[in-house]
Amino acid sequence: MALISEGKFIPDIWHHAAPEAAIADHTILPLERIAEATGAFGVLLPNDAEIAAIKPFLGTVSVIAINFPAFTDGRGFSLARLVRRAGFTGELRAFGNVLPDQYAAILACGFDTVEISPERAARQPEANWTAALGGRDHAYQRGYHTKVSILNRRRAAK
Amino acid sequence: MAKFKHPQILTCSDLITGDVMFMQEGDWNRDHRRAKVAHTEEEAAALLARGLADFAKNRVIDVYLVDIAISADGHPEPIHYREKIRTLGPTMRLDLGKQAEATFAGDI
Amino acid sequence: MNIAVTPPVDKPGSNQRPAMYYYDHFDRDFVQERVAEFRNQVERRLSGALSEDEFRPHRLMNGLYLQLHAYMLRVAVPYGTVSSDQMRQLALIADKWDKGYGHFTTRQNIQFNWPQLKDVPDILQALADVEMHAIQTSGNCIRNVTADHFAGAAADELEDPRPTAELIRQWSTNHPEYTYLPRKFKLALTGSTADRAAVMLHDIGLRIVKNPEGDIGYTVIVGGGLGRTPMVGKLVKDFLPRADLLAYLAAILSVYNRYGRRDNKYKARIKILVHETGLEAFKAEVEAEYAAMDRSGTNADPAELARIAAYFASPVFETVDAGDLEVHKAAHPDFARFVDTNVAPHKANGYAIVTASIKPYGGVPGDVTSAQMRLLAAVADQYSCREMRISHEQNVIFPHVKQSDLFALWQMLKTDDLATANAGLITDIIACPGMDYCALATARSIPIAQEISKLFANEERQKLIGKLGIKISGCINACGHHHIAAIGILGLEKSGKESYQITLGGDPTFSASIGERLGPGLDAEEVPHVIDSLVNIYLQQRQGDELFIDTYRRVGQAPFKPALEREVEDGSDI
Ligand code: SF4
Repeated sequence: MALISEGKFIPDIWHHAAPEAAIADHTILPLERIAEATGAFGVLLPNDAEIAAIKPFLGTVSVIAINFPAFTDGRGFSLARLVRRAGFTGELRAFGNVLPDQYAAILACGFDTVEISPERAARQPEANWTAALGGRDHAYQRGYHTKVSILNRRRAAK
Repeated sequence: MAKFKHPQILTCSDLITGDVMFMQEGDWNRDHRRAKVAHTEEEAAALLARGLADFAKNRVIDVYLVDIAISADGHPEPIHYREKIRTLGPTMRLDLGKQAEATFAGDI
Repeated sequence: MNIAVTPPVDKPGSNQRPAMYYYDHFDRDFVQERVAEFRNQVERRLSGALSEDEFRPHRLMNGLYLQLHAYMLRVAVPYGTVSSDQMRQLALIADKWDKGYGHFTTRQNIQFNWPQLKDVPDILQALADVEMHAIQTSGNCIRNVTADHFAGAAADELEDPRPTAELIRQWSTNHPEYTYLPRKFKLALTGSTADRAAVMLHDIGLRIVKNPEGDIGYTVIVGGGLGRTPMVGKLVKDFLPRADLLAYLAAILSVYNRYGRRDNKYKARIKILVHETGLEAFKAEVEAEYAAMDRSGTNADPAELARIAAYFASPVFETVDAGDLEVHKAAHPDFARFVDTNVAPHKANGYAIVTASIKPYGGVPGDVTSAQMRLLAAVADQYSCREMRISHEQNVIFPHVKQSDLFALWQMLKTDDLATANAGLITDIIACPGMDYCALATARSIPIAQEISKLFANEERQKLIGKLGIKISGCINACGHHHIAAIGILGLEKSGKESYQITLGGDPTFSASIGERLGPGLDAEEVPHVIDSLVNIYLQQRQGDELFIDTYRRVGQAPFKPALEREVEDGSDI
C-alpha cells in the first residue's frame, strides 16, 4: 500500500492486521478485533460505522482509517467530519478507493493522509497527488479545512 | 450474457469525438453497413474481445453487441429501434446525424 | 481586498445592467480553477491515468454525458436567469462547437447535443468568460438549484427567491462532504403564493414565508420527486429562520449521505430514505444532527445574503401606462391572443411578464437555433432590462416588459417563430429528449409531442380547452415530468415496440398530486387520438371554467376510460 501525506508518498510505520495473525505494535486493526490491540494501535472503520462504536477507545487510538469501498461512495467524508467532531486528534486516513481528484475534499473533511493500493499508486502517481494539492484553492463552505473559504474571506474583506 | 439469437455487430462510441462507430474487418468504421457480422456466439465473443481491447487502450467507450438482420441489399441492419436510431440520427431532424451525410445516403 | 462588483460591459445605447448575480474575483477564480481541473482530467483520461469508470463521475459533474449519437453537455442556467450577453455566448457555442442549436430542459438548463470531448474544456472556458459553467448539472451531487421563473417580477411574490437560490448554489458547489451522495439531489425554491417551481416534487423544496412576527424564513419540504417511485414531498419544518438555512440544509444532507441507500440506484433518492425511515424518525435524525453541529460555523453570515441580494435589486421601473396596447389588440387578433396567453401580471404598474414560446406547432419543445438565441437576446436588450429566464416549461421569459412595448416585442419575436400564443395551453407541451437523443430512453418523446401539437394547433379550440398541461417522458426517469401533468405520457418498450402509457390528474403545485395510470400502453400512432378523446370528455364533464385537474378530482377516472376503449374499436376498423 502507498501512503500519501501533503501530496507526497511517504514511508508508513503502520501495518494492517493480517487475518488470524497475532497483533504487534503499530497495527491498524479491523473494528471487530479491537480487543486484541496492543501498544500503539489504529483502527480501520467501515464507512457506515457509528461514532458510538469508537467512543470507548477514542482517547487511546493513534490512527483511524476510514474505508472507501468505492470512490463514488461519499459516506467516508461525513464519517471523517463526525470523527473529528467527536474529538479525535490523531492521524485520520482515507483508505482504499479514492482519487487524486478528491484530495482537496478529503483534506477538507478532516483527513490527514491517504492510503491506496500499489495498483492505484502506479496509475495515479505522486505527481497527480502533488498537483491535486495545488489545484483547488477555493471553497464556498465554512467549517471545513479548505485553503480558502470564500465565505470567510468575503466576511474578512468587509 | 443473453442467449445468442441473431447475428450481431459490435458498436462503440469514440472516446474523443463521441461518434458512433462499428467494428469493421480491420478497425472501427462510422458506417454500420460495413460492420463485420458475427454469425455465431464464438464470433460475437471474438468481436467483443477486440472491442474491449480498444476500450482498455482508452480509444473507445460504451462497447456492446447489437442484434441485426441482413437487409435485402445484403447489409446488416439493427433489429431494435434504439439501435436503428443510433445508426441514423434523431428521427425528427433528418438534417442531423449520419442520415444527413452524403456518404450514408448512397451505396457503400 | 477588492470585492467590487464587476461592472457589466454596457452596450451603446443601454445603461441598464440586468438585475442578476455577478461574479466577484473569488467566484471567477473558482470557476477558472474548475475549467483548468477539467482540462487536466480530460488529458489524464486520454493518457489513461483515469479509467472511464474514474473519469465518468467527473465528466458528469461537469455536465458531460454520453448520449445516443454523441456526447451531450448540459450547461447550468442557475435558477433560470440568463442575461442577453450570456444568451449570445450560448449561441456562439452552438455555432462553433455544436450544430447550431440548443435545447432548454425542464430544469431550466440548456443542453448541447453534439460536442466533442476534446472541445469541452474550451466550451467551459467560453462559458466561464460570461460567468457560466456546467458544474453539477449531473452526477450524484447537489444539482443546480431551480426557482420560480417569474422571480423578482411576479405580482404575487413575497420575496425574490433568487438571492437564497444563489446562496445555496454557492454553498452546494463542490461541497467537500456532499459531492458523492447516494444519488442526485435537487432543490427548488419559490417566494410566491402560486407555486411555479414544483417545490413539492424536489429532494428539498423551499418556500419563502413570513411568520406571525413578520420575520421571513423558509418552509422546508423534503422527499418529493418523480422517477420510478414518484412521491410528493413531506413537510419537515414549518418555519426555518432565514439565518439558519445552510446549517439546516447541511443537517438534512448529512443524514442523507450517511443513511441513504446505496445498494439500489432506484431506491437511493432521499424520498425513499424518508419513506423507509418514517417521517418522524427522519425529522428526529435531522434535528439531532442540527443540534449537534456547529451551526454558526456552517451558516453564511447574514451580510453575505444581503450582499447577494443587492445584485437582484429590482430594476428601476418607470411610471408608464399601457400606451396603444388596446388599439393594437383590437387591430391584430393574433396579437390579442398572444397577450391573453403569453403575458402575465407584473408587480409594477404598466409592466408585464412575457413568455416567448419555444413550442411552435409541430416543433421540437425547447429547441432553439443560434439565430433564435440571438433574437431573444436582442429582444431582452431592447425590452426587458437585458434579462431572460428559462422556465421549467422549456420556454423563455422576459421578466420586465413595458406594456406599451408589448406590440413591438411581439412583432420582433414573430420574425423567428417565437411568438406562438400557447403558453400554458395544450400545445405548450413539455417533452424530454427521449430516444431521439437520450441513451437511457425506452421510447421517443419528441415526435409524440409534435403530433399532438399539430392536432391541437387551432387556436380557437385551444382557447376553448383553456389551461391544460401535457408532459411527456421517454422513460421512467421522468425528466419530462409526466407524473405531474394533467395528462402525462410515458414512453416505454413493449415487445420490441414503443408503447405509451397515459396518466391523468397530476398537479405540480402546492396541492401536488401524482397522476394515475389510465390503462394499458398505446402504440405511438394511437396517442394523439386518445388525447383528443380525453380532451373531449373533459370538455363534456367540466363545470364552468374548471381546470382539468379539478374536473378529474371531482369525477374521477371512470368517465375518462372510454377514451382508450374507443381507440381500440377505431383501431380494429383500420
Ligand atoms: S426521461 Fe428518460 S428518456 Fe427522457 S431525458 Fe430523462 S432519462 Fe432520457
